[in-house]
Amino acid sequence: MPMRPSKEWVAIKMAERGGRGSGGHGSLDKSITLPPDEIFRNLENAKRFAIDIGGSLTKLAYYSTVQHKVARVRSFDHSGKDIEHEPLYEISVQEEITARLHFIKFENTYIETCLDFIKDHLVNTETKVIKATGGGAYKFKDLIEKKLGLKVDKEDVMTCLIKGCNFVLKNIPHEVFAYQKDSDTEFRFQTNHPNIFPYLLVNIGSGVSIVKVETEDKFEWIGGSSIGGGTFWGLGALLTKTKKFDELLQLASKGQHTNVDMLVKDVYGGAYQTLGLSGNLIASSFGKSTTADKEFSKEDMAKSLLHMISNDIGQLACLYAKLHNLDKIYFGGFFIRGHPVTMRTITYSINFFSKGEVQALFLRHEGYLGAIGAFLKGAEQDNPNQYSWGENYAGSSGLMSTSPDVFPMQRTRSGTFDMFEMDRLERPLVNLPLLKDPSTYIPDTVDLTDDAMARKYWLTCFEEALDGVAKRAAASQPDSIDASERAEKFRQKYWNKLQTLRQQPFAYGTLTVRSLLDTREHCLNEFNFPDPYSKVKQKENGIALKCFQSVIESLDSLGWEERQFALVKGLLAGNVFDWGAKAVSDVLESEPQFGFEEAKSKLQERPWLEDSYSQWLERLKEGPPHKCALIFADNSGIDIILGVFPFVRELLSRGTEVILACNSGPALNDVTYSESLIVTERIAAMDPVIQSALREEKLLLVQTGSSSPCLDLSRLDKGLAVLVRERETDLVIIEGMGRAIHTNYYAALKCESLKLAVIKNSWLADRLGGKIFSVIFKYEVPCK
Amino acid sequence: CWAALCRRTGGRSSRPRVPGDAVPLALRDETKADDVIFPWFGLDIGGTLVKLVYFEPKDITAEEEEEEVENLKSIRKYLTSNVAYGSTGIRDVHLELKDLTLCGRKGNLHFIRFPTHDMPAFIQMGSEKHFSSLHTTLCATGGGAYKFEQDFRTMGDLQLCKLDELDCLIKGVLYIDSVGFNGRSECYYFENPTDAERCQKLPFNLENPYPLLLVNIGSGVSILAVYSKENYKRVTGTSLGGGTFFGLCCLLTGCSTFEEALEMASHGDSTKVDKLVRDIYGGDYERFGLPGWAVASSFGNMMSKEKRESVSKEDLARATLVTITNNIGSIARMCALNENINRVVFVGNFLRINTISMRLLAYALDYWSKGQLKALFLEHEGYFGAVGALLELLGSA
Repeated sequence: MPMRPSKEWVAIKMAERGGRGSGGHGSLDKSITLPPDEIFRNLENAKRFAIDIGGSLTKLAYYSTVQHKVARVRSFDHSGKDIEHEPLYEISVQEEITARLHFIKFENTYIETCLDFIKDHLVNTETKVIKATGGGAYKFKDLIEKKLGLKVDKEDVMTCLIKGCNFVLKNIPHEVFAYQKDSDTEFRFQTNHPNIFPYLLVNIGSGVSIVKVETEDKFEWIGGSSIGGGTFWGLGALLTKTKKFDELLQLASKGQHTNVDMLVKDVYGGAYQTLGLSGNLIASSFGKSTTADKEFSKEDMAKSLLHMISNDIGQLACLYAKLHNLDKIYFGGFFIRGHPVTMRTITYSINFFSKGEVQALFLRHEGYLGAIGAFLKGAEQDNPNQYSWGENYAGSSGLMSTSPDVFPMQRTRSGTFDMFEMDRLERPLVNLPLLKDPSTYIPDTVDLTDDAMARKYWLTCFEEALDGVAKRAAASQPDSIDASERAEKFRQKYWNKLQTLRQQPFAYGTLTVRSLLDTREHCLNEFNFPDPYSKVKQKENGIALKCFQSVIESLDSLGWEERQFALVKGLLAGNVFDWGAKAVSDVLESEPQFGFEEAKSKLQERPWLEDSYSQWLERLKEGPPHKCALIFADNSGIDIILGVFPFVRELLSRGTEVILACNSGPALNDVTYSESLIVTERIAAMDPVIQSALREEKLLLVQTGSSSPCLDLSRLDKGLAVLVRERETDLVIIEGMGRAIHTNYYAALKCESLKLAVIKNSWLADRLGGKIFSVIFKYEVPCK
Repeated sequence: CWAALCRRTGGRSSRPRVPGDAVPLALRDETKADDVIFPWFGLDIGGTLVKLVYFEPKDITAEEEEEEVENLKSIRKYLTSNVAYGSTGIRDVHLELKDLTLCGRKGNLHFIRFPTHDMPAFIQMGSEKHFSSLHTTLCATGGGAYKFEQDFRTMGDLQLCKLDELDCLIKGVLYIDSVGFNGRSECYYFENPTDAERCQKLPFNLENPYPLLLVNIGSGVSILAVYSKENYKRVTGTSLGGGTFFGLCCLLTGCSTFEEALEMASHGDSTKVDKLVRDIYGGDYERFGLPGWAVASSFGNMMSKEKRESVSKEDLARATLVTITNNIGSIARMCALNENINRVVFVGNFLRINTISMRLLAYALDYWSKGQLKALFLEHEGYFGAVGALLELLGSA
């Protein structure tokens, strides 16, 4: 897909690029354009600027607010009205304002142009100060003060770096990754550990700083080395006459260090095996260049230099880690900054010197740490640390591979500028207290960065569905004149994201079905389609409610054991309805009860693909009632009303309290918390069991804190977690493909759990060894 | 008597490696020193230099003189009457140990070195002088003992007795320190290393040496923690050693000898090449307690084109020397901390005629450890492996 330069793109001719590290003969940067209005977004409301000026890149940070549409549902007053022909509730679209952090990275060359642009677009006049950090802050101080009319307030580089590091470690899932050599996926993302401290941060700028971070505010410079990125660059420039850092790295990636280095086998001859030494170890870096009458290739010298410096840094880092008894080392600084070559050599060195005891870790947003930290210093009165923040996939560039053979167009762009946006989440997110081991919990079942076949399938799947999603989005706002234009922009944006992910699956951390779905939601929101399914959900909820009582009656007529099975089947059958496809809604409209029965008949017969129903039944029969069940609901309509609620009713009758958790924000046709309130109210009006449970607070409705069709049990609304603990929840029920198969299929909990879903995708069914409409019924009891 | 010591320890951690196909050495009465046939050599074949020690007996009786075969005599005369051999072999006369008693014999110990790339010529010479006819054992250590073993056999008809490098190194250090340097102390240190005016070289008594950290700087660097004569371990090593200094100097300045590289370095100014803390922060970086004079980025100024064009070869040589030396100091200091050892002995030929590096190491260790660590040096810098090989010859025979 070609990039579509918008009309507003301002082409900035690359001026004769003087200064260090930017010789004019670069092959890529002759005709790069920088689109300021595309990258400095939301400037109108921007405040609290911070800037981090490094040797070649500038990082700008600001806080802004975004106004976007949200769908709200509101119950009608039904008294005296013909409820048969009125919609269940009212949907209105309202404007909401949320906080967003913007981070932009661009080359220092553009600094003047960028400052001009900001000045022209800055509306907010409260801002008087700009926080600045980085080696270049001093150099550009006057320029910034003159251009922006703001006072430059300098902040300590390392303090900013650490502050930024703590912030991303806490807030961004999959921020941290290990580099893997000979693997299909170079980057192995790590689960966020609940406790990030203590750790070692090794910042490789021109020199090396080794900092031990013990708490949010406590860190200590424990050492350093003068052999760092500047040594590679400076010495490399002298040896190879190559002026640019990136070009030196490219040279290095093509060289053979064994032509320049003296290896163990050069000293020992062929007999090194007898010593148990690897002959390929470097005995003396540059040990073969001890002669004046031989020429060495630039590539070979650059490679040897890279090995020498990486090994040295790795060795010192290990010695410091050992002395301070630490096993996690995060590496950052321009020497590392997304360069696979340096990540590889540093990782090798750490493995070698620590004998595998210490892990070399890298950060996705490493380049932004200083800017984030400086921003946080300036925003202390807003107290950003008390909120949870989430990466906005729609507004963030993602991690780019700097490998030269990958997507040259993207590389060119990413070399010019890069964006990172974080949204302030309405509510603080925490771990589900029932997770068996939060530090090893991985929500996602399949890692698409790892599994190339699955990746290909799902990317294609999302591509093929895209036109339909765009159409539905447009159709959901029939009264808006620009709906189709926005829908097309959405389509284009998400399409581009999918193409990026094809090339760089690691761009936003581990690629998963969840991240693909979430990215789509972020893109829809970006173009003001907060809830394309609102009307569909409204209709389905209304229809399903009409059938509730007859479903209950037929269940109540069954014997106990028969009823348990019917309840489970109902739950599963309800879960078949997560489409909103025309065919289905037609059937529903004419004969909803029939549709529900039809769905039941489509279900796989027992034994199911995953079938522990007998154990579940046994548990119900023999065991005491559960104290409290936490249910994560899936779809609106038949699923929640005819599937989940009868099941909830049965649990309540057994004396089990129920916490029903629904999404805080919309995602596909999933039932939202506000919709669940209305639905429950209506059911309560029909059903005394639900009514009294609500009144006695034995049935509690909560929100998950999420707006995803999937479920991350490590990022849930704090209120939910509190309630789960208070009520001594001992059963967790997770329903639906998104929550129980794409995520949490392997999640281990401290209490009993039920994971139920119908596989409505033949490829996935095939993968799991079944057919479409195969049933997953997974009842798990933690081993004592 | 050191010889007695050799006998006691020789058999344990450091039995010479005798290849399976070699004829086992004949058992001899250990107490009779003269059973070890002359000539007595110890050889250490490193990556860059070959170090050879030769014991010249001065107590040869008339009877012995008569019996002494012509070949042996000619070797003795050749080695002791020259100070240079061929175009590259050099005898470090100033290091010669006089009137040494070794295994009951009195004599002088000579220290000779030549580049490893001249090894084939050396073997050739041995062959021409019919060295093999002397039926002596040639004890050798260093990587080259392995690399050149085959050449010794085929070209020189000589069977090498290969010895462990680190065993030999430690034996050599302990022995030479114990016999002293012709009445002077072998070991020394720099007093007031942080004060250029008051800094002076002073003897150090290494009578109770343990534990010590032994840093051997040859082409590469090995770091050993020594707890007793037989209890030591290799802690780590680094490939940034003497070979790196010399190799980079050759590339950067076009020099062709180590001496030339050091000479250039002595006239250069590394602060033109390196980026110092004060270049970045205008002075000390107080937040981290870093002094302004500390190097923040080795060769950091060379990122700038103008600065690259304004530095001299001498500046580059000096910066290379400072970079490598400080790095070794830094790694050694961290090892000392991790091993909880406060005496660090630096040896190896990188330190030969290299006062700049020795002072730098002394300074760096003292400064960064706030006086907790002491850098020690030995007069016979790079010859301890070869001495150890000679002792093995005498002790294990």
